Amino acid sequence: MSILINKDTKVLVQGLTGRIGQFHTREMIDYGTNVVGGVVPGRGGETCQGVPVFNTVKDAVKATGATASFVVVPPPFAADSIMEAADAGIDLAVSITDGIPAQDMMRVKRYMRRYRERNRMRLLGPNCAGIITPGEAFAGIMPGHIYLPGSVGIIGRSGTLGYEAASQMKELGIGISTSVGIGGDPINGSSFKDILELFEQDDDTNAVVMIGEIGGPQEAEAAAFIRDYMTKPVIAYIAGLSAPRGKTMGHAGAIISAFGESAPEKVELLRDVGATIAPTPSEIGNAVTEALHQAA
Amino acid sequence: MDIHEYQAKEILQGFGVKVPPGGLAYSPEQATYRAHEIGGDKWVVKAQVHTGGRGKAGGVKVCSDEHEVFDAANAMFGKKLVTHQSGPAGKIVYRVYIEGGVEIERELYLGFVLDRSTERIMVVASSEGGMEIEEIAEDEPESIVRSLIDPAVGLTEFQAREIAFELGITGKQMQQAVATIMGSYRAFRDLDATMVEINPLVLTTDGNILALDAKMGFDDNAMFRRPEISELRDKSQEDPRETRAADRGLSYVGLEGNIGCIVNGAGLAMATMDMIKTSGGEPANFLDIGGGASPERVAKAFRLVRSDENVDAILVNIFAGINRCDWVAEGVVEALTNNPVDVPVIVRLAGTNVDEGRQIIADSGLPILMATTLSEAAKISVGSCPRHEDKINHTAEAA
Repeated sequence: MSILINKDTKVLVQGLTGRIGQFHTREMIDYGTNVVGGVVPGRGGETCQGVPVFNTVKDAVKATGATASFVVVPPPFAADSIMEAADAGIDLAVSITDGIPAQDMMRVKRYMRRYRERNRMRLLGPNCAGIITPGEAFAGIMPGHIYLPGSVGIIGRSGTLGYEAASQMKELGIGISTSVGIGGDPINGSSFKDILELFEQDDDTNAVVMIGEIGGPQEAEAAAFIRDYMTKPVIAYIAGLSAPRGKTMGHAGAIISAFGESAPEKVELLRDVGATIAPTPSEIGNAVTEALHQAA
Repeated sequence: MDIHEYQAKEILQGFGVKVPPGGLAYSPEQATYRAHEIGGDKWVVKAQVHTGGRGKAGGVKVCSDEHEVFDAANAMFGKKLVTHQSGPAGKIVYRVYIEGGVEIERELYLGFVLDRSTERIMVVASSEGGMEIEEIAEDEPESIVRSLIDPAVGLTEFQAREIAFELGITGKQMQQAVATIMGSYRAFRDLDATMVEINPLVLTTDGNILALDAKMGFDDNAMFRRPEISELRDKSQEDPRETRAADRGLSYVGLEGNIGCIVNGAGLAMATMDMIKTSGGEPANFLDIGGGASPERVAKAFRLVRSDENVDAILVNIFAGINRCDWVAEGVVEALTNNPVDVPVIVRLAGTNVDEGRQIIADSGLPILMATTLSEAAKISVGSCPRHEDKINHTAEAA
């Protein structure tokens, strides 16, 4: 089992016909993802990568019954595409776009709140690598073969650092239930806490790795959630120990601008609530082994 | 992206915020001319640099005649201002702003930020202006008023009034205060700002409300639709290494250490720096060449990292996913063959086709040190170059 996506999930690709859209759609289909169509305004009626193209997300949902959307749209238009997905009744949208203006994301989040909670779309990203349930399906840009199927959940902001963790775990024979990218932007669709909640409820996940970084309040929120609600072991690594204050470290959201946003402060909060801390990025895999061993 | 005080004031003025009369100068002569234009018998000469804390570093001078204005400006031009916010490299003064003096009755603080926990724009104001907001939060926390703005509605007048009352503004000045708060908010929203700070916002003895200092920061991701803001970029205020990187589409932050880093992905780049630090070394930079790690980007990255003369070793850490290690390895070999470097290069590849990638590097005959894990790569890097502290001590002794 898994969270949010599996081999039966019907996935749309918004921005299918572009070079990047086609490339990753091919990868997704080859991995086993149930891609049912694409959305490109003005290209409705065509076929691309073996699936039908529609003009609007509403048309696509009506024709295919899709519930998830992989949004591969350039920054100026990405927010609009995400809102279109929310309005068309999509349950899960994954946005990989890096460079969406923060105020656009503010608007997107406000727009999503128009819908009642049970009808509200869940957004992953923007600026994330996507989501994968190993051995079943993925919506994103990750290399599927580095993930071993299993029962540890991963939540991370960064793409390649998440790959690093997954491959360390594979090396140690530790499998993954689902790996979720939440992205490196200051305003993102889902937080660590949101995804921890899903993993806590998932019967087939028995531990969660969270890979955070400097900047923003979401690791602290996660710590409060772990303290109050998590029964499953959490393993954490926070990147940016050596990052200076007030400098954006690649990700738009990775900037220490307030109290509690540095890596040591976040590590302290997570350690205090009982998370197993990987002191260095090389020790993420070992920390998972240790936490699983303790829990057994 | 940051802009200068005079630019922020010009923008805010366009949104209805009142500022004292002022003018920009590129020379002491021009400064004197500006003072003459403004008139009066008191002027403030202010260094235009992208950093706070100018006053304490000699970047703000009150003058009472035109000769003093000339001398103050003359002393500032070309000077490197090192403030507690600028970092040790400081910022060089190329422009000064001459402003007419005002009689201050009270100093207030007015700021707008993007609050990440509520995902809204937040107004932060205080009746205790003139010092930094961190100091206000420390010394006078009860003086701080915060108000969140609903993105669907925008800032409402009643919110602006509430803030103004909290700041102790009454009577005739209320309307002006509301206009200042609303105007600053509109500037933030309409121009994709990430920060607006008016500190101090002053009440003058003649009943005006003026922005005496102003700072604005903008969302780099929104600059595609704000050409008028992009034009205000002043490269003289940026770390030249960061400017060069940004112009080449790379994400770079210069640091003080001696181990250069070339990594794909921001999270992995930060993790690599952390690993160097934990292994007893000091990273010279943060550098994310993007997830793809194409040969062109690898080549650009080597040139950029080499341009920092503090670099004693270069650690390349690439996790190849969809792009394969063999392809990345060919890029590394090509870059180093075309532009050999004279410091140790440590390469760690992981991911798809890692064995083929390592073979390509081994077969190249280039003096590249290979590592399997990230910790091994960091250890080799630290071991292959003089310790950062020793180097500093050595330089100090030599001097």
